Amino acid sequence: MDLDTLLQEATDAVAAAPDLESLAVVERGFLGKKGSLTAQKKLLGSLEPDARKAAGQALNDAMATVAQTATERRTTLAASAEAEQLAGERLDLTETMDELQRGRAHLVTQARDRLEDVFVGMGFTVAEGPEVESAWYNFEALNIPEWHPARGSFDTIFVELGEPEQVMLRSHTSPVQIRTMENQKPPIYIVAPGRTFRTDTADATHLPAFNQIEGLVVDRNISLGDLAGTIESFVHAFFGGEVETRLRPSYFPFTEPSAEFDISTPDGGWLELGGCGVVNPNVLANCGIDPEEWQGFAFGFGIDRLAVMRYQLDDIRELVNNDVRFLRQF
Amino acid sequence: MKVLLSWMREFAPDIDGDPVALGETLSALGLAVEEMSIVGEGLDGVVLAKVLELSPHPDADKIQLVQVDAGDGEPLQVCCGAFNMAVGDLVPFATIGTVMPNGMEIAQRKMRGQMSNGMCCSAIEIGMGEDADGIMILTEQADESQLGQPIADVLGVEQDVLYDLEVNANRPDAMSVAGVARDLAAALGVPFAFPDRTVERSGEDAASQAQIEIIDPVLCGRFVARILHNVIVGESPQWIQNRLIALGMRPINSVVDISNYVMLELGQPNHVFDLDTIPNGHLRVRRATEGETMVTLDGAERTLISLDGVIANGSDEAISLAGVMGGHDTEVTDSTTSVLLEMAWWDPPSISRTIKRHNLPSEASTRFRRGADWGENIDRAMDRFCELIAQTGATIAPGQIDVPGTTPQQGHSTARVSKMNSLLGTDMTAEEMVGHLSSIGFTTTAAGDDLTVTVPSWRWDALGGNAHEFESSIAEEIGRLYGYEDIPKTVPRGEETGHLTDYQKNRRAVREALLGMGCDETLPMPFLGPEDLSLVGLPDDGVRLTNPLDANESVLRTSLLPGQLKAIAYNQSHRNPSVRFFETGQVFLPPREGELLPDEREYLAVALEGAEAPEAVSVLNTLARVLALPNVKLFNVDDLPGMHPGRAAEVVIAGKARGVVGEVAPSVLRSFEVSGRVAWLQLDLGEILRGPHGKRNYRPVSKFPSSDMDLAFVVADDVGADKVRNTIAKSAGELLVDLRLVDAYRGAGLPEDSRSLAFALRLQAADRTLTDAEITATRDAVIAAVAKTNNGTLRA
Repeated sequence: MDLDTLLQEATDAVAAAPDLESLAVVERGFLGKKGSLTAQKKLLGSLEPDARKAAGQALNDAMATVAQTATERRTTLAASAEAEQLAGERLDLTETMDELQRGRAHLVTQARDRLEDVFVGMGFTVAEGPEVESAWYNFEALNIPEWHPARGSFDTIFVELGEPEQVMLRSHTSPVQIRTMENQKPPIYIVAPGRTFRTDTADATHLPAFNQIEGLVVDRNISLGDLAGTIESFVHAFFGGEVETRLRPSYFPFTEPSAEFDISTPDGGWLELGGCGVVNPNVLANCGIDPEEWQGFAFGFGIDRLAVMRYQLDDIRELVNNDVRFLRQF
Repeated sequence: MKVLLSWMREFAPDIDGDPVALGETLSALGLAVEEMSIVGEGLDGVVLAKVLELSPHPDADKIQLVQVDAGDGEPLQVCCGAFNMAVGDLVPFATIGTVMPNGMEIAQRKMRGQMSNGMCCSAIEIGMGEDADGIMILTEQADESQLGQPIADVLGVEQDVLYDLEVNANRPDAMSVAGVARDLAAALGVPFAFPDRTVERSGEDAASQAQIEIIDPVLCGRFVARILHNVIVGESPQWIQNRLIALGMRPINSVVDISNYVMLELGQPNHVFDLDTIPNGHLRVRRATEGETMVTLDGAERTLISLDGVIANGSDEAISLAGVMGGHDTEVTDSTTSVLLEMAWWDPPSISRTIKRHNLPSEASTRFRRGADWGENIDRAMDRFCELIAQTGATIAPGQIDVPGTTPQQGHSTARVSKMNSLLGTDMTAEEMVGHLSSIGFTTTAAGDDLTVTVPSWRWDALGGNAHEFESSIAEEIGRLYGYEDIPKTVPRGEETGHLTDYQKNRRAVREALLGMGCDETLPMPFLGPEDLSLVGLPDDGVRLTNPLDANESVLRTSLLPGQLKAIAYNQSHRNPSVRFFETGQVFLPPREGELLPDEREYLAVALEGAEAPEAVSVLNTLARVLALPNVKLFNVDDLPGMHPGRAAEVVIAGKARGVVGEVAPSVLRSFEVSGRVAWLQLDLGEILRGPHGKRNYRPVSKFPSSDMDLAFVVADDVGADKVRNTIAKSAGELLVDLRLVDAYRGAGLPEDSRSLAFALRLQAADRTLTDAEITATRDAVIAAVAKTNNGTLRA
């Protein structure tokens, strides 16, 4: 068979190879060790030197042509094989509705963390204390003696330890302020978040156990103006710079002067957020802090209430039902 | 405390301006306006009408048909839901088109087929009282000649502004119309004065008709009595009734109404005794004797203790619970003609204790508890009472009996301008401060930095026990008159950088890890029912609440398990499947020896519904990694409270028991109505975070190839997999970089009571490629060690 015929035969076979495997077989059949083109090399020896050179050249060219054609064919076949595979892997991604389940922090925890983070940014540390307290920490050290009318207003839940009405579920986180002042010398810049308790029957707007955060600063020359500025600074960081604050005179046994603090609402009104004031000098003295040298302010408000306000919850009991349909919304 | 603008103007006629702005001024003074309303508004279409005829509605039981004459003589039919009127009664009648105070517009309409042409009104509907039960009957107050006249004219109601104020416990003076007017006048800079009240006196001198002794002068700072004769107990004038109604009090009779009127106007509670029930008019003011009894005017017999104050008669029988409630036997009745009028000052702590012990808060006792006025105001209130009762025909005996006890004294009288400016953050001069204080009756003089302040008798709260307390108290008065809004806002900065403690950061890290593992955070309340602890097999030693709101919330939890099971049960009952919950929170163990307070601990719980014990162990292992806890060991224990006997282990960290892991016992799940399995982990997070944790040592990552091998050992069931793992780790030595248990197999081909544990080991050196000899040596060492230590044989 002459070389041209063989070459034609080879290129036709390469072009006709339907897939990569067949192409490999075709290539071996012509260019392999025992391939029909390779076999032509053995015939060269019988030719005259000049003819051998020319025939050798022609054979090399033919083999290169076949190899080249095969490479091109391989590229084409590989591309179409991949295209076929990809086509077979087509997915409708809109069919995927699962999510990788990550848990949700409780709404109250989220609010508490945000509050802590804002106050940490303002130079405060976070203090914590027990939820069951003695009358000293919950009342007396806070300038609320046993006969004081304010005691009744706390609606305290007492526990059966010690003398009657001497041990109770704390009705505010203020005991943490006392414990901090007893154990730490001023300057003091703390916030005390935590669970507090009142004899409120659970309904859409009340829970007997709820969460508060209080702040306490004791330093030199601390004033009502410092309190107003700190509250404004916090409100701007937490609610946004457009929200205004104001203080209104009020009364708490543990602060004097005392105030309620309000934040402005988008409709132009005011919303009462919490109570605050300059720390009553008796409270400082009760904790061994000289009220001549040191002055302080304190403030407090409800964490749950913030969450209720922010999401306009219509039933605060959802905060303790632990229904996942509620928990996973936040 | 409610106040009427017109009433305040009797003391400060120049109080004027927009009612809303006046309300804001009151709020800025610390007298927060809870509600402001216009009295007498919306009464334009309400007229006096007469009931002509009553008949049943043919098709309804709960309403009747009423024919009224609204002034034009023509009968007009209305349907009415009240049945308290009779033919001939005069009633307020809202004509068609009237917009009621609550905003409702009266229209002609059909009710069950019968036409209704207006509405007969109850007292509350026209703002004339709290009574909502029936139609207001005005037969006594009006007559038929007034039919068709506007009801406001008939009742003498003038348009007025009513403020409902939140008065704080430190403002006894603001529990009166005059006191609020004083503050408001000061803020507006207008004059304030008490009108002169002179009363004609006649008859025998009061002093000859009564005799007062104060036995306990601490209890009673001052006791004043006057004697009134020819008293007629009847109906009080309409204008007094109108004002009482506006301020939320129900008119009773002329004596009671005047008593209440004087209290509301001047803040001085007062009491009237029927003089004929007090032999010789002799009264003794003393503490009760322990166990002494008396019947108060509500008919209740009260047993007293030695802290209660009483007024006794000459025979020393208690006839009044001092400052709190009068006695039954000396009460004024319809037949009373002579009375002893008492006005006194009672010691606030004593009153406060008696109120609490007998649960008798009242308008009067609340004023005494906060500290009433012991000064001229008593005489003023006496004059006012006498003036008003004289208008009803009573005669007033000349003079009064006025016995002093121990009147309150100022604890301190100087306040420094500099310190008060420092407390307020202001820069006021002494003169400015003097001006503010004088405007509310605090007589003040300035000398250098010192103000000398005399606290008025109506501000018991501001007397101040010590120098600093006094200064703070005076600073508050100055501050609220200066205006809190005008104090410059400043932000103090401490030296320390704000931060969370390591404990708090680690608690957040634990929470983040659990959230990442798909667990939702729950926050059940920490209260349990009395059975809950025994239901989970724990000792019934939870701290009990003295005054629980609910019997099922009467014990403080000592474990997080009941709360979590309730949360799971709640979700199962609402068809929320496969919940994975965690919680960090306080538990309350009984107080330790010698301690008053419970042993509070912060626990972490993880509850995986529908999961088996190993999943909880995996959670524990991840947390151990997150916190870098050293030496975490599990000890399988068959009888952990509330736990599945074969699927529970005690968690021991660095040698200390720190919790449990496993599955909740099926019987416990049934008790809490939870179906399926619950994998459970509870740790004493507080102890763990205070104990060793967080230590991590860097080990360079090797650049040389590693070599893997799998080894399966047949080991008896009673040999813990962790023991085998420890043997391998120890015997493989430092070449071991990773070790995992990949399979535990029980069954065919293995001896009874044993299983095959397959471990995957990866060996690697930091400084060289391992040789076959090294690998073989390690493998042989491991096999030998497991054989020796755990009696384990390499599985063929």
